[in-house]
Amino acid sequence: MTDVTAHIPATAGPGEAGFGDYVQLMKPRVMTLVVFTALAGMIAAPDGAHPVVALASLICIAVGAGASGALNMWYDADIDARMARTKGRPVPSGRVEAGEALAIGLGLSLLSILMLAIFANLLAAGLLAFTIFFYAVIYTMWLKRSTPQNIVIGGAAGAFPPMVGWAAMTGDVTVTSTLFFLVIFLWTPPHFWALALFRNADYQNVGVPMMPVVAGERSTRRQIFWYALILLPVAILPAFTSAGGPIYLLIATVASVKFLLESWQVGRRTAADAESDDFRAEKKLFGTSIVYLFAVFGGLILDALLFALIGPMGWPVWM
Amino acid sequence: MAEFEKQHEIYTRRRGRNYGVLAVLGGFALLLFAVTIVKLGDQAANPTAGASWGDTLMEWMLE
Repeated sequence: MTDVTAHIPATAGPGEAGFGDYVQLMKPRVMTLVVFTALAGMIAAPDGAHPVVALASLICIAVGAGASGALNMWYDADIDARMARTKGRPVPSGRVEAGEALAIGLGLSLLSILMLAIFANLLAAGLLAFTIFFYAVIYTMWLKRSTPQNIVIGGAAGAFPPMVGWAAMTGDVTVTSTLFFLVIFLWTPPHFWALALFRNADYQNVGVPMMPVVAGERSTRRQIFWYALILLPVAILPAFTSAGGPIYLLIATVASVKFLLESWQVGRRTAADAESDDFRAEKKLFGTSIVYLFAVFGGLILDALLFALIGPMGWPVWM
Repeated sequence: MAEFEKQHEIYTRRRGRNYGVLAVLGGFALLLFAVTIVKLGDQAANPTAGASWGDTLMEWMLE
């Protein structure tokens, strides 16, 4: 009897992806932030929708974010393969073929936009389409490899989700949802540059012109501080809109001051200081930045719950 | 045959992938069903009321 097992490879080869590889392709950690901020935008919105419709809309936003992540991994596979942080990703490691990643990215993009148009409205779907386009084409294909302002301008892509969530509920773009956008937009440079400072060698190796690579580490540290400084008042402003309240005001103030202080510490350090303690302050700032975003948008959710329970309590609304 | 499949990681991966895709598709179908029930709930209770199904569909899509 012939032993057929001898002709079958014992381990999975290239393109033989497991389901988890497809999940990784959609950048689940980034999706978590997108889902959370979009959810906050939906809950903070003055108009509501049936919970099932709201959940369906949120899933569309999450899938759209995942699709743009897949398109990013497809296009960046060449540089991802040469960076320590990204070389294990599904495409550079060969578990998912590049063409497959492209097909998944395009397919899920179209599906998520179409379904959001049906579940919510055309404005939300249009904003989601623009977000995907901005991240995949403007940021990934154009800005990322051509300018040190890649993160600053490209940050807009990550800033849209709460605005999409808001638009899905209200069918509108307002001052409040624009403030949500601005909070994430201004948060993005310090967040990514803190990472770039301790991953500088990776970006240098692959020729991605991140700020520390092009403008130098000193300038990057200063800019981190300036962005955190501008972020502070902008992050507090939503407290005095129809979406904000006392909990948001407290959380946004405390979190923004902490973020600013840590940015100040990073701004004062020299390369020698950072080398001596293995970039402790920079890593701490990066971690704080992630908690910051969850805390601030969590504050919006808590205020919405508070007002739902006890009413608006005469809270001042300026915008 | 079962023993043969167990020996190979490739089958485990494929099985996991297939079940995963099945779950995603099933979830998508359920989501569509639930949203349909919610969106058309009122009309479903009284299907003869209001405009033609074409008008209702257009209204629902543009809502």
